[in-house]
Amino acid sequence: MKPQSLFDKLWSRHIVAYETDEAPAVIYIDLHLIHEVTSPQAFAVLEERELKVRRPDRTFATLDHSTPTLPAASDGRRPFTTKEAEEQVAALIRNCDRHGVDLLRLGDPRRGIVHVIGPELGLTQPGKTIVCGDSHTSTHGAFGALAFGIGTTEVGHVLATQSLLQRKPKSMRVNFSGAVPRGVGAKDMALAFIAEIGADGGQGYAIEFAGEAIEALSIEGRMTLCNMSIEAGARVGIVAPDEKTFAWLEGRDFSPKGADWDRAVADWKGLATDEGAQFDRDLNIDVSNLKPMITFGVSPDAAAPVDGVAPDARTEIERLAAEYMRFTAGERFADASVDRVFIGSCTNSRLEDLRAAAEVMRGRKVKRGVVTLVVPGSEAVKRAAEAEGLDRIFIEAGAQWREPGCSMCIAMNGDKGTPGDLVVSTSNRNFVGRQGKDVRTVLASPATAAASAIEGKIADPRPYLQETDDAA
Amino acid sequence: MPLEPFSKLTSRTLVLAQENIDTDQIIPARFLTTTSREGLGKAAFYDWRYDENGRPKNSSLFNGVDPATHQILVGGPNFGCGSSREHAPWALLDFGFRVVISSDIADIFKSNSLKNGLLPVSVDEQTHRQLLAAPGALVTVDLEAERVSIDGAGETAFRIEPFARRCLLDGVDPLGRLLSQMPAIEEYEARHG
Repeated sequence: MKPQSLFDKLWSRHIVAYETDEAPAVIYIDLHLIHEVTSPQAFAVLEERELKVRRPDRTFATLDHSTPTLPAASDGRRPFTTKEAEEQVAALIRNCDRHGVDLLRLGDPRRGIVHVIGPELGLTQPGKTIVCGDSHTSTHGAFGALAFGIGTTEVGHVLATQSLLQRKPKSMRVNFSGAVPRGVGAKDMALAFIAEIGADGGQGYAIEFAGEAIEALSIEGRMTLCNMSIEAGARVGIVAPDEKTFAWLEGRDFSPKGADWDRAVADWKGLATDEGAQFDRDLNIDVSNLKPMITFGVSPDAAAPVDGVAPDARTEIERLAAEYMRFTAGERFADASVDRVFIGSCTNSRLEDLRAAAEVMRGRKVKRGVVTLVVPGSEAVKRAAEAEGLDRIFIEAGAQWREPGCSMCIAMNGDKGTPGDLVVSTSNRNFVGRQGKDVRTVLASPATAAASAIEGKIADPRPYLQETDDAA
Repeated sequence: MPLEPFSKLTSRTLVLAQENIDTDQIIPARFLTTTSREGLGKAAFYDWRYDENGRPKNSSLFNGVDPATHQILVGGPNFGCGSSREHAPWALLDFGFRVVISSDIADIFKSNSLKNGLLPVSVDEQTHRQLLAAPGALVTVDLEAERVSIDGAGETAFRIEPFARRCLLDGVDPLGRLLSQMPAIEEYEARHG
């Protein structure tokens, strides 16, 4: 048989009807994740057409985007940013109740950001097709699942039929060779990769991340990298499941148990790309000398090493971006004053991310005036972090320790910067106005964001980690 | 929901030449708390059109643009990148656009647009440059022939995924196709549990 890639195997396993010249393939969807922002209009279409949710048992909902990250008042009321945001949350509760869909409500100990809770609960598994009305659904690809973001019309399609009409995308393999130096992690790899291929370099492709640096990455790190695939234009970013994946998933709420687990693992082991499989594009990135990366523009591909200087604008667009970001060519990033720091989002809000930030902040103080938000990705992450005392480290440093949610990544729940602020953010998008009107976003890893909070300038985290090593 | 059919349109262009115009520009996230798909035209490119006090910006490229006569939006490369929000095509359609032309349109935005009757047309770079250089040009987009012409001169081919094209020409909701596949879906479920 012709050697197949991981993606080929995932795709062919889910074909309900083959693609023809006239029509796309019908692809079966194993898991449909839902949140409050992109689902109400889909439920409305279902009701207009008098259709039911076909497989409520394959549908799972959470509240994250419009959800406050400040605690409830003593009367139990949540501080929603607007009446409309509160109504949107109420609409999802109503829709899930009416259609028998499991929903993690406010106060549920399992609630969190959709791309954090899926894996955490073991809903995300190798070999599955997973969709969500959210472009960062690629995150679940870290487990060897075929996962991608869809629009609201397609949310309706999946609710009604548990299937989607899709053309098979092209394939790309990105091999990460070498070992990353200390203080450099998955976020830096993601930014370096996006800078290399450009914000549209992955358009039309499903990307497999492979190579020794990927094998060495933790599962959390793989999620960070796959999460950012869409910032290179690719809807899909996947990593072959391995022993780390299986160990991470074993025993989770929805993971198979007993003999089912053994059968599942045996099956998952066959998913990896066969020797000799062909890709439409192959790319290698050597990470041996990679430095902590930050973005300096208004597109995630405008990324550079944190210890560098702002580059010359080569085009009118780059000149406008530099003007918005207030970086002048040749200016050291380390000289840029920081107003806010955000540690959180589906990219970097897991326990490992919070540990990396806490390692830098431990025993130190956030620079006076720098508003620093640490927002865990889920209730489970929050509990685990508190059990390790990470919350104390952040609070003693002068940061705010919030309730789980998307928060300042999309800035639609009231958490946002004020005009002109420079925000060092562990999220995924530095678009104009993304974190508030005229707010300037610098994307970075949790360690870099933490170091920047301490110094009040864009800061290289490596000296902090070095000190810890010396002390140890 | 039936799609509004699209076959051929002749209209003037509004040109937004910047590359990487993301869906946060097309409709900022603060407008996404709606549970409706109606009336989002007022939020389209809001921060490009209005200042912090909600007054129209003097510098806005939208000034003087009549949505009735400028139904074709020409954008820079990688138009519609970023968030999967379908509110982006909903907002553009409600504003009055029927066609978006670029050299390079982001995948999810393209898919969302096709499902709502907003035609995403990817053209070669030379045609794209010509369009970027001629704001307000009178452009004809013919979906049946898959051809675009500028000011009556020259014709360039474009391609729309055949199924989506058929749905747009006939005004057919693609959900019908999936519903017609229900026996195959049931059979798949029976095989895979």
